[in-house]
Amino acid sequence: MTDLTQFGVKDIRDGVRDGSFTAREVAESFNAVVADAAALNAFIVTTPDHAIAAADKVDAARAAGETLGAMAGVPIGMKDLFATHGVQTTAASHILEGFIPRYESTVSQKLWDAGAGMLGKLNLDQFAMGSSNETSHFGNVASPWRKSGSNQPMSPGGSSGGSSSAVAARIAPAATGTDTGGSIRQPAAFTGICGIKPTYGRCSRWGIVAFASSLDQAGSMARSVEDCAIMLGAMSGFDPKDSTSLQMDVPDWEGALNADLRGKKVGIPREYRMEGTDQAILDSWEQGKAWLRDAGAEIVDVSLPHTKYALPAYYIVAPAEASSNLARYDGVRYGLRDLPDGSGLQDMYASTRAAGFGDEVKRRILIGTYVLSAGFYDAYYTQAQKVRALVARDFERAFQECDVILAPTTPTASFPLGENVDDPLAMYLNDVFAVPASLAGLPAMSVPATINAGLPLGLQLVGRPFDEQGVLNAGLAIQQRAGFKAVPEKWW
Amino acid sequence: MTNYRIQGATGEWEVVIGLEVHAQVTSQSKLFSGASTTFGAEPNAQVSLVDAAMPGMLPVPNRECIRQAVRTGMAIDAEINAWSRFDRKNYFYADLPQGYQISQLYHPIVGEGQLLIEADEKAGIPEDKIIGIERIHVEQDAGKLMHDQHPTMSYVDLNRCGVALMEIVSKPDMRSPAEAGAYVRKLRAILRYVGSCDGNMEEGSMRADVNVSVRRPGEEFGTRTETKNVNSVRFVMQVIEYEANRQVDVIESGGRIVQETRLFDPGTGTTRTMRSKEDAHDYRYFPDPDLLPLVLEEGFLADCRASLPELPDAKRRRYVEVLGLTPYNARELTAEVETFARFETLLAETAKVIGKGEAAVATQVANWSLSVAPGVMKALGDEADPANATAAAQASILAMQDKGEISGGQAKEIFEIVLKTGRDPAEIADAEGLKQVSDTGAIEAAVDAIIAANADKVEQYRGGKEALFGFFVGQTMKAMQGKANPGVVNQLLKDKLG
Repeated sequence: MTDLTQFGVKDIRDGVRDGSFTAREVAESFNAVVADAAALNAFIVTTPDHAIAAADKVDAARAAGETLGAMAGVPIGMKDLFATHGVQTTAASHILEGFIPRYESTVSQKLWDAGAGMLGKLNLDQFAMGSSNETSHFGNVASPWRKSGSNQPMSPGGSSGGSSSAVAARIAPAATGTDTGGSIRQPAAFTGICGIKPTYGRCSRWGIVAFASSLDQAGSMARSVEDCAIMLGAMSGFDPKDSTSLQMDVPDWEGALNADLRGKKVGIPREYRMEGTDQAILDSWEQGKAWLRDAGAEIVDVSLPHTKYALPAYYIVAPAEASSNLARYDGVRYGLRDLPDGSGLQDMYASTRAAGFGDEVKRRILIGTYVLSAGFYDAYYTQAQKVRALVARDFERAFQECDVILAPTTPTASFPLGENVDDPLAMYLNDVFAVPASLAGLPAMSVPATINAGLPLGLQLVGRPFDEQGVLNAGLAIQQRAGFKAVPEKWW
Repeated sequence: MTNYRIQGATGEWEVVIGLEVHAQVTSQSKLFSGASTTFGAEPNAQVSLVDAAMPGMLPVPNRECIRQAVRTGMAIDAEINAWSRFDRKNYFYADLPQGYQISQLYHPIVGEGQLLIEADEKAGIPEDKIIGIERIHVEQDAGKLMHDQHPTMSYVDLNRCGVALMEIVSKPDMRSPAEAGAYVRKLRAILRYVGSCDGNMEEGSMRADVNVSVRRPGEEFGTRTETKNVNSVRFVMQVIEYEANRQVDVIESGGRIVQETRLFDPGTGTTRTMRSKEDAHDYRYFPDPDLLPLVLEEGFLADCRASLPELPDAKRRRYVEVLGLTPYNARELTAEVETFARFETLLAETAKVIGKGEAAVATQVANWSLSVAPGVMKALGDEADPANATAAAQASILAMQDKGEISGGQAKEIFEIVLKTGRDPAEIADAEGLKQVSDTGAIEAAVDAIIAANADKVEQYRGGKEALFGFFVGQTMKAMQGKANPGVVNQLLKDKLG
């Protein structure tokens, strides 16, 4: 029998629809490879029963002649930042260990409604804070990829590192991710998969453990542009429970996919040529231009003059919001409570939060608290908001001259686990190309371009607000020309 | 100008007062969640996932709360900000599950407005005075902690958590406890007229933070203290009285007032330090990233405006100018929503029954509503069933009185029976013989008899002793067993005595 785990979202959906195989067969196949992949540590908990139950429902619906949903029969990995009813939701933190929500996030509910099932809750950087998946309370996630000639475990990127690792290792056809400052795109680039963050507001944030509310966006991570489009379509849509949700119809992205870019202009931001960027990355960027030119696009130079201020601004805005968003983890109502003998309320707060949060989370809470403090607010927070507005204006102006922007996703390929853990600034630099689009709330995607020294490299596409289609189409043009077919060799 | 002064050992001191009133918005559900706001439910029975700040929960503004705040702003002639924004006020406390209160620091929904307090000589307010209002913003209430349920633990009740409050911030325009009391009463009346807050201070629907400072008359403002959560008009006045005197004592004995937050003890009528400015929280306000700016559209604002009722000042003016009531009666009748509502219902009914315009019967109805009817009710106490005091019954009594069929005394007697039994007033008048005689023939006979029997007094009266007129009236009424129409009696006596 065919190995069903070789299929992605579209192939599974179509195969289940036309009866080539059953959803249950698909779920069982993936459950088996998930169970066999503990060495990756991609999952915090596995939920084989959820996948089987969803599959059986799809098979029954098909047998009854019902119309099947967009994700029918596709078992996926769910980043453990999405609240899932009856299934532990931790944000990879100790403070939420054992927390079992009695509610389902809007995005996960939409996926189940579309016929998807859940293989398990995917590991991530704690509270989505990290770029290497080394801040999880539940241990590091390993990338399935290894550098040529090395057995060193490599980072799958972060924060959606469990998602990228699982999809790249073919133990999940697709996974949800969230992207606050590159948390979908950077891990996708590190692991040779596709990942798209839509326009801010496309996906409801209701039921997603908040990191930085004005930046957090859910998105899809999968093996192909088509798969990302299908899954994102199932995740998106207005939600009255999220005030920042976009009140717009969700286009048929899959149906409108078109790699013919004639008449389109692709912008190359000159400020993205930064020192410290690997030559291999610069080469792949050049290659990307050639591919898009080949697809009929005109390549134009654009300027995003405030790019160099984006990362510092991000590391003020995001921690500021996080410091407030994470105040609710106080040991009073749910999750961890550390109550030393004879202690009062303040001691309980301090003790619970000291024990429940990891170092990176504490670092960001401290930074955020500092930048919002009386006397520092204007110098940091207000200033960062101004920068944010300028970054957004940069894009607005650039998009008067082009339809989509092409840039590297990251300045380097994946690095060995442990390499950057003691240098937060070096770690933060991973997101230097990803953060500007996040600050501006724009749709952005990473697609695999090539392999260098055994490790995948990604290219990033950034579009106008609401123009996920333009991003997906340019991504498709690259995908077709890159012919990225590499699969990591199984070592786990 | 008020002449309220604290007489210190070193001279006179003027008191400067500003109030921040927290008024709970009348709405079915909370400011950012669908949970109910009903008072008195079982602890934690009215808590949504949002109120409990479960992971991933998001606030969604309740349009009704916004509407009520806007209407309130319009009722105090305030600037309405079509663009406003919610901010987070960050602090840890067990009654605040989010770890922050959603409030409006930088861009409140309502800007500057004003409120009129009326002259009240007796209370020490010699003339009408305008009190400025700085702003109204909307924010979440916190939950409630109970420390007396367990020896080592506190209990948390989140029913009130997330309920919408309006914080109405006055300017430091008040100069005496009386003015502050009048301000709170007037504000409460406006809120109740508008229907944006029930004004129930005992249940905590309205409470005030009282800012007090003292200065030499005409000099710069002194340092103020803020006394938190004062929940009655009387307490507000007590706090000011106590604080002003305390501050004068401190300054005059060489001390300095420190800016601080104080607590009021209703038992002793005193205030004590809660925390000083040095221990003040740094609330780290910043715009709530879960919420978009609040943009009010023209149509929404127009609907809010159109929905406003006649407000206390306008009503009072109309009562005087159109209905011809005395300023005193007009003020009494417009002070409370229930009072004017009852009055206006009775006025309309009475005018209809009598067949005259409202202005023609307004004084009669006002006197009845303010003194006659409450007097009868009070005298009866528990014997009265207030439900029997329908507008129809009272209008019927007033109509009989207007036609001269019954006297004022008979009206009271009939109303008494109505209150006790619910019987029909006209039927009571007939059955109980509570009608006065207007039949000129019968009265004339009585008058003639009395004149004949008191020839000496008639002589004296005609000789100029006019005070004797009352004697004849009394004798006639006595002869008629009190049931003669006094108007007819007077007229006949005047005619006959010459």
